[in-house]
Amino acid sequence: MNLSAENLSWRVHGHTLLENVSLAVASGQTFGLVGPNGSGKTTLLRLLAGLGKPKTGRVLLGGTPLARMRQRHIAQSIALVEQQAETTDRIQVRQVVALGRTPFLSALRAWAKEDDAIVDQALVDVDMAHMAGRLWHTLSGGERQRVHIARALAQQPKILLLDEPTNHLDIRHQLSILELVRQLPITVIITLHDLNQAMTCDRLGIMDGGQLVGVGKPGEVLTPTRLQQTFGVQAELLAGDNGEQVMRFYHA
Amino acid sequence: MTFIRPHLNGCWLAPPMLLAALLAGTAIGETSISVDTILKVLANQLWGAEYAVDRIDAGIIWNYRLSRAVVAACCGASLALAGVVLQALLRNPLADPYLMGISAGASTGAVAVMVAGLGAGALTLSAGAFAGAGLAFGLVVLLAHAASSPTGGGRATQAAGAIILAGIAGSQLFNALTAFIIAKSANAEQARGIMFWLLGNLSGVRWADAALALPAALGGLLICLWHRRALDAFTFGADSAASMGIAVRPIRALLIIAMALVTAVMVSMVGAIGFVGLVIPHAMRFIVGSQHTRLVPASALAGALFLIGADILSRVIVPGQVLPIGVVTSLIGAPAFALILVRGRSAP
Repeated sequence: MNLSAENLSWRVHGHTLLENVSLAVASGQTFGLVGPNGSGKTTLLRLLAGLGKPKTGRVLLGGTPLARMRQRHIAQSIALVEQQAETTDRIQVRQVVALGRTPFLSALRAWAKEDDAIVDQALVDVDMAHMAGRLWHTLSGGERQRVHIARALAQQPKILLLDEPTNHLDIRHQLSILELVRQLPITVIITLHDLNQAMTCDRLGIMDGGQLVGVGKPGEVLTPTRLQQTFGVQAELLAGDNGEQVMRFYHA
Repeated sequence: MTFIRPHLNGCWLAPPMLLAALLAGTAIGETSISVDTILKVLANQLWGAEYAVDRIDAGIIWNYRLSRAVVAACCGASLALAGVVLQALLRNPLADPYLMGISAGASTGAVAVMVAGLGAGALTLSAGAFAGAGLAFGLVVLLAHAASSPTGGGRATQAAGAIILAGIAGSQLFNALTAFIIAKSANAEQARGIMFWLLGNLSGVRWADAALALPAALGGLLICLWHRRALDAFTFGADSAASMGIAVRPIRALLIIAMALVTAVMVSMVGAIGFVGLVIPHAMRFIVGSQHTRLVPASALAGALFLIGADILSRVIVPGQVLPIGVVTSLIGAPAFALILVRGRSAP
């Protein structure tokens, strides 16, 4: 399912966090969003998830404006993994993942066997099935992040939005999550800080000061000039073992 | 898996426990009445049976104690539910109608109606209490919002502190307003009555009150049960709930208004009773977990039992004298609250 944004702007207390952002993400793509801290990645992701009404512009899901859809119907197609979502409740891993079924349940549509199967599969997908009975506050940061991703997967979304999902993970889990995300047969929009990891996305959008300053294939948009302008670093390309190119960064 | 499915084991325990509590509430008091007599009176009243019972006993049981126990149960259930809902929606373990100034605001509203003499029926009192409760809650939330910074990772913890501070300010303000209204407009006899009622008092309660309390409590319970999944979805905050398809603003508004209304109805009848909304939900989370499918009915039941129990205690603890029930709930609730605070520190 396509997700597109037209001329999105967002302001808080007179500060412009997002200005005139337009973008289109085709079905099945993994679209990476990169940019320095405070460049508007998270704000853009929130608007794409329908969590706020843009000051101008609109978000279209398969051609329908989100503003005209009910939150419940949006959630049946779009799932969001926030950067930090914490709770002090005594809640088990499996119960957290089960929350992902919320958009499909109602006071009249009760929890069913198929919901159990979906939750089981989501736990397996993120390699947390063995911790299903653990309490949330006993988990490490990386485990919590994986549970959140499983919760989002339990929504069986057509579009998955991830806000720096690798932030708290050790390198092994970073790679396994990225691998998992890449293999999902759905549209993924992911914000990342690690530019080398961003290179593996199908397409990249580069955010700077609330604007989308570049969109395209990773190799085309992450140019030395762009890295200098947006991130304030110099980079050189090194040849990796299997033909991949790896970036190394220096202070500008 | 078993622990996800709405488990209704143990549900069958609720009616007998409630009935036993109501019976105890009716039997125990200054004059003890045997269960046998109570059952006879009930049979007479409910099914028109014609057992011979002492007319004074019958009057005490039917007109005085049973209605009082029923209202106590409704009140306890409602306050506990208000606590559950406020804690879930505000993501704040300390949220509670009493601490957040809702009860104080409701008292002010009710007292204003009483003193102004706007035909002090149960409905007008409730309406006044609701206006006061809404005003107080709005003020407290605005103050808390202004006091906690809108950005930053420590937002939840900051907000937790801010809302309690705002609640203290709000409670003080509305208690002062209440005192002002009493001092300015009430005569000495009115003032004495109102002061006693303010601490929580069930002695004036009759069936007319129960007729209002029962639908209010049941309505509150039904609304909470209907929205149990929405309440669950707030586990990780409002944004997370929205991303799982909850229409956050309308649902939050509906639930908070419903709880303010229910609280107002109860306060207008029995005064501001503290700690029920705070302690009962926490105790129940510990026993049945934090999923609202179970937490909502468990808290309603426990709140009802707790307040019937507190009412019994208030009648027997000092022989020949009835303590305000708010004194009893605070005597039990404050230490329990301290325990929660200390325990809460060990959980990250």
